[in-house]
Order: sequence, then structure tokens, then C-alpha cells
Amino acid sequence: MLAALARRTVTGLAVVAGVVTLTFFLLRLAPGDPVELLLGPTATPAQIAAQRRALDLDRPLVVQYAAWLGRFARGEWGTSIATGRPVLALLVEAVPATLELVGLSLLLSYLLGVAVGAVQATARRHVDTTLSVATVTLFAVPGYWLGLMLVMVFTYWARALPAFGRAGLDSDFLSGGAWLADRLRHLVLPLATLTLIGIGGTARFVRGAMLDIVGQPFVRTAQAKGLAPFQVAQRHVARNALIPVMVLLGLSVPALFSGAVFVEFVFAWPGVGRRLVEAVLARDYPVVMAGTAVSAVLVVVGNLVADVLVGWIDPRIRHQTHAT
Amino acid sequence: MKRLLRDRRAIFGAGVLIVVVAAALAAPLVSTGDAAAQHDIVATRFLAPLATDARGTVHPLGTDRFGRDVWTRLVYGARVSLGVGALAVLLAIAIGLAVGAVAGYWRGPVRSVLLAFTDFVLALPRVVLLLLLATLWRPSAALVILVLGLTGWMSVARLVQGEVRALAARPFVEGALALGLSRPRILWRHILPNALTPVIVAAALGIGNAIMLEAGLSFLGLGVQPPTPSWGNMIASGRDTLVNAPWVAAAPGLALVLVVVACTLLGDALQDALNPTRRG
Repeated sequence: MLAALARRTVTGLAVVAGVVTLTFFLLRLAPGDPVELLLGPTATPAQIAAQRRALDLDRPLVVQYAAWLGRFARGEWGTSIATGRPVLALLVEAVPATLELVGLSLLLSYLLGVAVGAVQATARRHVDTTLSVATVTLFAVPGYWLGLMLVMVFTYWARALPAFGRAGLDSDFLSGGAWLADRLRHLVLPLATLTLIGIGGTARFVRGAMLDIVGQPFVRTAQAKGLAPFQVAQRHVARNALIPVMVLLGLSVPALFSGAVFVEFVFAWPGVGRRLVEAVLARDYPVVMAGTAVSAVLVVVGNLVADVLVGWIDPRIRHQTHAT
Repeated sequence: MKRLLRDRRAIFGAGVLIVVVAAALAAPLVSTGDAAAQHDIVATRFLAPLATDARGTVHPLGTDRFGRDVWTRLVYGARVSLGVGALAVLLAIAIGLAVGAVAGYWRGPVRSVLLAFTDFVLALPRVVLLLLLATLWRPSAALVILVLGLTGWMSVARLVQGEVRALAARPFVEGALALGLSRPRILWRHILPNALTPVIVAAALGIGNAIMLEAGLSFLGLGVQPPTPSWGNMIASGRDTLVNAPWVAAAPGLALVLVVVACTLLGDALQDALNPTRRG
């Protein structure tokens, strides 16, 4: 178990290193001179040369890369071109908002999606078909569009829920209960958007996983020895279906994060995804670079957690990794 | 094939796709013919669906803030969205086939390196990669195709690799070798045609996904640029007029959902038809 975990951690680190390297070289390929972008059109040639030296841009690419890696590892991620603020601070203050949104949505869409998928796999055929139509539709809805439609209904028509941001403008002056209510009201629409889409994918996957197991010989044995259908479902099918469902957890972290990029943008949710999109639109290269690395780390950590859970649940995997 | 024709999902999916593709191809016949046509902007903007303007033109889905007909933009946008999606999936399949075939047929370090590389790209967050690539160059339809193709080939490569590996161990391959055929020729003529089945499913599911991602990039302003209509940039332009003209954003979104549902159902039905052990 530990050896496998160590191996996965190394792989994860390699992915992050790969992303960081890729980002560095891709950005050097991009058209446009970052120094001219930084200093603006009024800079004199002397100023440009000085800035170029300060940023090490006059040295060979490999030296630049090594220096940049060193700075990156030490947390010196440079300054945002668009806002003039340190990149590290910009991203660090955005991480909690993303974790709040993605974490809660993962939990909710997982619980609801597993429930719906399990019902589909065991219920009668017309129930299954109806739910299948619902989940395939949810699965196909783009998050930013669903978000806009929810805003249209709940903000513009019903005037019930706020459409933008994580807190109201007066949030700093509110006391305990009112502050929490304000935060929750702001959370409802983005969370609902992300969760509804997540339910579609999760339920489809769980239904398939459970049906695969229903077809296995040991289920027929259980039925043949006279167990009640509920007992077969609970003790034989559900337990075995838990394994692919846990594997799905690892797969849904990147998908949810991708969805969150669009949902955060639509709802002006102050998370990593929105920062990243804003930086991309403003050609704010330092923020794009660091934001890419941060999202790679988030995804790799999510996969790692899912791997640990799978090993913990499935004795076959646990023992297999003991042997190697 | 018989199974497929009995499957309601396949009929619905194929039916929707045929209608949408036909409407896109026949765009000048079924619409006003000019997706960018603007007349008296003040008089014709924000007309509600089914309204008739002063010139006698009916707008089945209303008009946007420049008085452009939403239905016309929708069918011309279908050309762009479906075209970009299809070409992106073709590119992804071509790369996936090449990588998968080579990794499946040549054992040893070639396979390990290619599989490790595939896993590496698979582990990258795709949307982040799309954003990064879209930052670097001027946004255009060609860039979207390239970027979606370069980030979408991995699942095809893994499927093809598995199939090719299994096929390469079969006696007819040995026979072909004994006849003195060259290995690339065996791979191309005898193995790959047999390994294409899972690729069909991946293509059906991949097209829906690619159309959705194209719309996402265009929604953010990083894909197809206005005034060329694409479903994504239509939703983006409808975002600003959500209060007084909700149909501008609603129509392309519904079209998008319909097409992606159709692709997914068709893909599911194909999968079940090709793998009969699972209940439909």
C-alpha cells in the first residue's frame, strides 16, 4: 500500500513538473514580447534592456528555465501584469473559494448521483428509462448555459437569489447568522449548477457499473440460494459496485474542476478558475502559468486521494500492491 | 445492425443528427440566408420569437440586439459548431489511431514510452490546457480544431492499443508474417481494420464532447470570433441581454443540449450493439 502510494505520488509530481515545463516553453513560443507588454508602448530602449536583464530574458533558454524552476519552487511566482499584485497572493486567496464550491458539489453530486444510478439499476424498466433521459440530458448541458438559465429564472424573474460573487457588498458589516445566510444565498446557484451536471455523469456511470455486476455469476448464485432481492442488491451488488464508484471519484475531480472554470466565470465566483480565465483573456502570462500549475496540483491531489480510498476499500488491490 | 435499428436511442440520436446536419447544410434554404444581416437596428432588435418585422420577415426565434435573426444565426452556427466538432474528432482519432497502433504493435520501449506519454496527457486538466493553448495564439476556428484534437486523442489511443495488442497475437497475423508481408503492411491492412470497432463508439461520444468544448471556448471569447456565429459565442452574446431577450441565449443552448444528447445516446446504443453482454 505504502509503496504504491509512493509510486503514485512520484507519478503525480512528474505530471505537475511536466505541466510546469510545458507551460514555460509554450509561453516562450507565444508571439509578443513580455517586456514590451509589461512596460507599455512609452518605454525607452534603455528601460526595455534593463527590464530584460532583470527578468533574465537575455540569457539562454535553458538557464532561464532552470532559474524559473528555482523561483517557482521557492514560491516567487512574479507579479501579475494586469493587476500589479503578487501572483502567489492572487492565487492563494482564490483557492478556498474553489475548494468550497468544488468540494461541496463533489459531495452532493456524488451522493445524489450514486442514489439515482442505484435506483436505475434495480428499478423497473420504465423508471430506468425516465431517469436515463433525465441523466443523459443533465450530462449534456453546458455548465455556463445552465448557470445563465438559473440566473434568468431565480435572479431576474423570481428575484430570489443573487447571481454574482461569493458574498454581498455589505457582508463585512453583517453579524454571525446574517453573514452565514448571505454566504449561503450566494452559494446556491453556482453549487446547484455544478451539482446538477455532476449528478448526470455520476448516475450514468453508477448505473453501468451496477448492471455489469448484476450480470456476474455470483449474483445468480445469491439469487438461486433464495436471498431476498433487497439483500442481493445490498450485500452482493452494492458492495462490489463501490469499487468502480470510488475509481470514478478520481476521474470526476478533473471534470468537476473543468466545470468549475466555466461556472466560476459565469457567477463571478472568486476562485482559481475565474482568475485563470481572466488572466487568459488579459494575456496575463505569469498568472496563467501559475494558475495552470495550481490546477494541475489540485487535480493530481484529487486523483491521489481517490487512489488511497480505492486501496482502502478493495482488499484485492491492497494485497496486490503488498506483493509488488 | 439489426439491434441498432431496434434501439430507440439510436433512432432518436441518428434522427436528431440527420435533421440538424440537413438544416446546417441547407441553411440558405431554411433561413433568411444571411447570418449577419442587420436592417433598422433600433426597430428590429429584441423582437420576440414568432414576431414579424416591418419588412414582413418572420423571426421564428426572435432577433438579437443588432436585429439579427436568431434562427438564421442558429442554422449557420450549426455549420460552424458541427464542422469544428467533427474535424476536431477526426484529428483526435487520427492521432489516437497512430499512437495506439504503434504502441500496440511494437513491444518494448516504444510501447512503454508511448503509453507513459498517453497517461501523462490524460492526467492533465483538459480545460486548463485548452485555455493555455488558446491564450498563446490568435483565436480562430482552426486553432480550436487543433487544440481540441491535440487534447482529445488519448482515450482512442488506449482503446486502439488494447485491440491491436490482442489482434497481434492471433494466428492470422502469424500467417501474414509467414507469407513475408512487412510489419507496417500487416498493421495497416490486417490489424487496424479489425481494431476500428471501439473507435466508432469513441467518435460518437467524442463529437458531442468536442461540440460542447468548442462552445465553451467560444463562450469565453477564445474560440470562433463574432460576427461568425457559433453556438458558444451566441450564448455569450445572449448573456448580456438575458433580462429583456432571454431567447438569444436560450435557443443556441437548447440546440447544443439536443445535439450532445443525440451524440451520447447514439454512442451508448452503438456500444451496446457492439457489446451485447450489457442490458440496453
